[in-house]
Formats: sequence, structure tokens, C-alpha cells
Amino acid sequence: MIPTLNLRTVVGLLLLLALVLLPVYVELTGSRFLLTLFTRIVILALAAVSLNLILGYGGMMSFGHAAYLGIGGYAVGMLAFEGITTGFVQWPVALLVSAFFAFVIGALSLRTRGVYFIMITLAFAQMAYYIVAGLARYGGDDGLTIQKRSQFIAPINLSNKVQFYYICLVLLCAAIYLVWRIVNSRFGMAIQGARSNDTRMRAIGFPTYRYKLVCFVIAGTLCGLAGALLANHTDFVSPAMMYWTRSGDLIIMVVLGGMGSTFGPLFGAVALLVLEEVLSGITEYWQIILGPLLLLVVLFARGGIDGLLGKAPHG
Amino acid sequence: MTLFIEQCLNGLQFGLLLFLLAAGLTLVFGIMDLVNLAHGSLYMLGAYFAATFAAWTGSFVLGAILALGATLLVGMAVEVIAMRRLYGRDHLDHVLATFGLILFFDELVRLIWGAGGMSLPLPSWLNTSVRVLPGVDYSAYKLSIIVVSLAVAAFLYFLVMRTRLGMLIRAGASNREMVGALGVNIKLLFTLVFGLGAALAGLAGLMQAPILTVQIGMGENILILAFVITVIGGIGSIRGAFVAAILVGFIDTLGRAYFTDLLRLAFTKETAATAAPALSSMLIYLLMAIVLVIRPEGLFPASSK
Repeated sequence: MIPTLNLRTVVGLLLLLALVLLPVYVELTGSRFLLTLFTRIVILALAAVSLNLILGYGGMMSFGHAAYLGIGGYAVGMLAFEGITTGFVQWPVALLVSAFFAFVIGALSLRTRGVYFIMITLAFAQMAYYIVAGLARYGGDDGLTIQKRSQFIAPINLSNKVQFYYICLVLLCAAIYLVWRIVNSRFGMAIQGARSNDTRMRAIGFPTYRYKLVCFVIAGTLCGLAGALLANHTDFVSPAMMYWTRSGDLIIMVVLGGMGSTFGPLFGAVALLVLEEVLSGITEYWQIILGPLLLLVVLFARGGIDGLLGKAPHG
Repeated sequence: MTLFIEQCLNGLQFGLLLFLLAAGLTLVFGIMDLVNLAHGSLYMLGAYFAATFAAWTGSFVLGAILALGATLLVGMAVEVIAMRRLYGRDHLDHVLATFGLILFFDELVRLIWGAGGMSLPLPSWLNTSVRVLPGVDYSAYKLSIIVVSLAVAAFLYFLVMRTRLGMLIRAGASNREMVGALGVNIKLLFTLVFGLGAALAGLAGLMQAPILTVQIGMGENILILAFVITVIGGIGSIRGAFVAAILVGFIDTLGRAYFTDLLRLAFTKETAATAAPALSSMLIYLLMAIVLVIRPEGLFPASSK
């Protein structure tokens, strides 16, 4: 269980250190925009970390992970709309509701495999999208503006941008640590075993369906947390949060960073969103560069950024 | 009653259109084992080509034929440049790479044709209505979509079941390596099949173009529907795609038309009016979830796997 000190760990920790020091840089240069951008990156990295747990380690190709982002976000948004602004209610509700949905969706989806699994998770996410778009009371298609960020007790104030950034960052680190612990536990080993050979794992007595379902629920809950953060970050929730292209973005982050690696999703989220920012600065038609770039990553850099940092420790 | 018949025809028309898309998708999946998210982009390209060529030539039919050829060529080019390298890879790779292609095509279209949509005006001889039953008039154009789609479906059946090329396609679906080992030019076969799928998508796009506006992202919503159909029908099965497409076409169209009234029985007028559109778009996904839970391989699983 001792983390081995190799290039990828060093780079990962350096990136985290850079993220910790970012507000200092922002203070010095006064570029508020960077802080907003990186808060967003950190939140989406959290979502990507949760997706990596099922996609990278569990081999479950969920194409509907953004659903939990939206569910967590809407839990916060709806409660705020109804006048319950305390985060002590909002956040646990966001987590519980995401967990519940992940349980239902997972229980049904995990009966299928392969492409069918990709498609059924996508279908459930689209269903969630249409349900939310039909909630006229909460803005429907247009989304819902959140008047007041989640309220916590005295020293914690989410409206303080620097403080909010650090809260997101701490939660991201906690999530990375949590996933790392899970993956290296007996439970995590069973999950990875099921990814490699489900039949064999069942033959030696592991109820893989239940293991995978628990894993799926953990990932959904973590992503729900990211959704609650995202709602607080943008002060706005809309069905677009769970549109299928958003699920695609999350998959890109995971694969770009390197599937099944500790810091991969963080690398991927930073790389993708910074790249988007830089490219959209160069040309209005930045996706024309991003698209083929993705294709090239898939064709020639299978391990993603993590893979460039040396040979994978397993598999 | 008249309205109901009209809605049923609309359902049939939409279902057949979806079949054209789903057939290409399921062919490519069944034979090359390739998940192609960019199929919707080819649908979009078909519509844009048709609008452009029809404006150039001044003829709707000529524009449509040119557009069909152009999408076929684009499809084959995409296969040779990108898809060929993806065979035998993980499905996740397919999803990702073709997602990249979607971004590329959407932006390319924005670059060439601009962000504003286009429209493809109908010629006057199609812009009329025909008496299909005593007392029931129906748009001539929509009727012609039904006829063309049925003809294409029949042609596909003939092609796959009765010709030498179709035999190779079916053989390729059940065992690729064996077909290659028997001396069939499998690369060329795959390029042709992908081009055929692209042309089918393009045909669906250009036929839909006069009804909807031609715009960026038009392929993405309908792509998801086409995927739902292939999954319901059983991936790789053209027959399954046909049945599922008709089913989805009917459910979607009739759901949109009558769901509000149905809901009104149980809820207040306002609730029904606001919730119905969202819930009726949900119906199809619900259907898919139910089918997958009961029959995880779809209604007509391709026998080979």
C-alpha cells in the first residue's frame, strides 16, 4: 500500500502543488479569469476521477456519467429554489439522490455488457435529461439560476472564490485518495479482476455483479458531489449539464489522461480544458483541431498522458 | 380519425427514415464491429450537400443524386483515412475517435456553410397533397419519403440476401478472418460497406432536409435515436433494425401527438401541457431500457455471436 515513487507520481504531485499555489499566482497577477477556469477544471477533474473508477478500473464503459453531474447539481438547485439554502441539507441530499439513481441505473445496466452497456447508460442519461427539461417549475429547458450558494457555518463561505477553489481542490484530493484506496483494496482487486475476466472471477466465487454495482454507486455518488460543486460554481443548473456530449467530454478526460491511473483523470481534465481554452483563443473554429487530435490520441497514444510518463504498473 | 391516420403515416415515415440511418449503423457494427458515433455527421452532410447542390443545379432531384454520391465518397474517405485503423480495437476507442470526428465535422460545416442553417425548398410538384384514402389528404413529399425508403429497404434486403456482395457481407459478419483467408478483398469490402452506410445516412439526411431546417448538430439527436433502434433491434440485425425503427417511429410520433391528452386524464391541464413533450421524448429510452432488461441482446439478436 506504499505509493511507489516514480515519474508519474512525481508529476501528479507536482501538478497538485501547482494547483495549490495557483491562487497565489492569481493574487499576484490579478487574473481572476484563471481562478474561475481552474475551479471548473478541478470540479470536472473530480467527475473524471469518479468515472475513472468504473471506466478505467472496472471496465464499465458508462456513456451517461454526466447524468450524476446533473442530478447532484439539480439537487442543490431545486433545494435552493425552494428556500433551503443550507449546505448541510443540500449536499447530503445531492449525494443520496445521486447514489440512489446510480443504484437503479447500475442495477439495470449491469445486466448487459459491451456496446449494450454503453448504449443503456446513454439511454438512462438521456431520460434524466428529458425529465429535467420537462420540469417547468424549475426552468425546464432554460435551466435554473441559483440565487444563493450553499450556506455553511461561519468560516466556510462558498461565495469567496479563493475559498471555494480550495474546497473543491481538497475534495478532489480526497477523491483521488479514496479511489486509490479502493483500487488497492481487496474490493478494488476484485473489480479489476472482473474487468479482465468476469467469468473467471465468478467461477472462483466472487459475486461480480454486486461488486460492480457497489463500484458503480460509489462512482455515481462522487460525480454527484462534483455536480453539487459545479452548481455552486456557475450559480446555475440546466439540462445541458447532463447532455450526452458532456458524458463524452468526461470520457475524453479519462482516456486522454490515461485510463486506470491514479492521477490520469486530473491530467486529462487539465489537458482537455486548457487545450480548449488555448485553441479557442487561436481560432473560433477550435474544434476542427480538437477533433482530429482526439483521433490521433486514440490511434497512437493509447495510454494517454499517463502512458507517456513510463510503462504502466499493471496490465 | 383523419388526424389519427395522418399521424400514423407520419409515424411510418419517421420510422422508415430512422431505419435508413439505423441500417447503416447496424451494418457497420455487424460487419466491422465498429461503433460509429459520426454516423449522424454523415446524415448532416447529406442534408448540407443536398441543399447546396440543389441550389447550384436548380433541380431537387439532381441535387439529391449528387448529394448521395458525395456522401458516399466522404464515407469511403473517412473509412480509408480513419476507421480502417480502428477495427479490432476496443469499443471505447471507437466511441472516442468517432466523437472526435463529430467535433471535426460540425466545425467543418460551420467553416464552409456558416453557423446559420440552410433550407432546401421543395419543388412544386412535391409540395402538394395527395388523397391517400377517401377524405384523407397527405403531403406528397412525405408520401414519397415512405415510398423511397420502402424501396431502399427492399433493395437492401435484395442486396444482402440475394447478391454475391451480400453473401460476402453476411459472411464477413459471421467470420471476418475466414472470409479474408478465402481470398476476398476484405479491405475493399469494408470500405464499400462503410460507404453504403454513409450513403444511407446521407439519403436520410437529404430527405429530412426539406421538412426541418438544415443545421449543425442536426445529426446528433437523431443519431441517438438510431442507436436506440439498433440496440432494441439487436446490433447487427437489419431485420431487427427495421422492426425497431417502425416501432420507435410510431411511438415517438404518436407519443408527441397524443401524450398530452393522455396525461390530461390524470393531471391538471398545465402540468400535462408542460410535462408531455419531455415525457414523450423519454418514452423511447424507456422502451429501450425495458427491452434491454428483458432481452439484453435486443429483439432480434444477430445469430453469429
